[in-house]
Amino acid sequence: MTEKVKVRIDGEVLAATPGQTILEVARANNKYIPALCYMEGLSAVGACRLCIVEVSGVSRLLPACTTPVQEGLAVNTNSPQIESYRKIALELLLVERNHVCAVCVSSGHCELQTLAQDHGITHVRYPYNYPRLTVDTTHPRFVLDHNRCVLCSRCVRTCAEIEGAHVWDVAGRGINSRLVSELKRPWGEATTCTSCGKCVQACPTGAMAEKGWGVEEMIKQPAVVGRLTSARGDR
Amino acid sequence: MDKARIGTCWLDGCSGCHMSLLDADEAIVAVLQKADIVFGPLVDAQEWPEGVDVAVIEGAVSSEDDLKLAQAARARSKIVVALGDCAVTGNVPSMRNGIPTAKLLERIYVEGVTERPGVPTDGVPALLKQAGPLQSVIKVDVHVPGCPPKPDAILLVLGELLEGRLPDLGTKLRFG
Repeated sequence: MTEKVKVRIDGEVLAATPGQTILEVARANNKYIPALCYMEGLSAVGACRLCIVEVSGVSRLLPACTTPVQEGLAVNTNSPQIESYRKIALELLLVERNHVCAVCVSSGHCELQTLAQDHGITHVRYPYNYPRLTVDTTHPRFVLDHNRCVLCSRCVRTCAEIEGAHVWDVAGRGINSRLVSELKRPWGEATTCTSCGKCVQACPTGAMAEKGWGVEEMIKQPAVVGRLTSARGDR
Repeated sequence: MDKARIGTCWLDGCSGCHMSLLDADEAIVAVLQKADIVFGPLVDAQEWPEGVDVAVIEGAVSSEDDLKLAQAARARSKIVVALGDCAVTGNVPSMRNGIPTAKLLERIYVEGVTERPGVPTDGVPALLKQAGPLQSVIKVDVHVPGCPPKPDAILLVLGELLEGRLPDLGTKLRFG
């Protein structure tokens, strides 16, 4: 039996296993910290910055999904400052590409849309970027719309870590970063893709969808994908 | 007590937000007991009048006419409400923004057109380079997203504004 450590999250003392992250401990104790790129069952990458928290003794905010706990750690998951930064992160995601809820298969079931609403974002304070982006419809069953991609990389990690195919990667840098299948081959021509569709289920927005659904019709099951990891255990 | 004055207008949108306002059914009677609608698609006035208390604007700013109307509404109204996703985010009208306007019009009115091909210029306002949200051209006081915003969200906003309060949409906040 591993020795437990004691951590304090929002004033409450909780028992945690060394190696667990702040986000894992919080979720295990039904404490909500918003996150977009984090998905249970996948490695954590700290890409979306929504799970930022205050850790006592540390002057900057840390992502809860990649910060491991240690004995005596004290965490504050919410404050006016944290909330203002979370809003900024969400607004920057909304202006970066073309998120048009009205024509999206995932509207009403989209994690980005839900987070924006939950954080009281009625409008963005920055100019929209309006990039001209492509839609890859070459796969017979699935579609990838770069307009709706937030580069969370949940599909990349799902494919590499759960399916073991590693079709997806992120190419380019900064604002020019793009999700690519098999080193920029169209999805339909990717020979390593098993067409399992787990990337689609893991995608938090309408960037990846099954073909044939209309607006608001694509309901995904990321938790099912995440549970595969725990079902497999150490095998 | 004098009645408040509400003006509404419809820029680059589908009129769905105005339909949603009408969809408030009999609840709109209560609004009209406190306010008059002095400008709008169903009102005879040709120019945005002076001394409007609440301007309710639907649609993205997409053409020169949209821009002029939005500026007139701003200059002559105390409170400006951006009604619906087009006015708040640009929404569907902004999906053309990655394409140069000349190319866009050419593709629609000339390419593959057999019957009198040509970009119309008579009686239609010139398109702006990009269709943008209202806040990209004028100061907006209240944003009400939704495609369309639900009637109860619109009623909440109008009700609060007519009581002199700035509305908080709370759980009625929704995009799409």
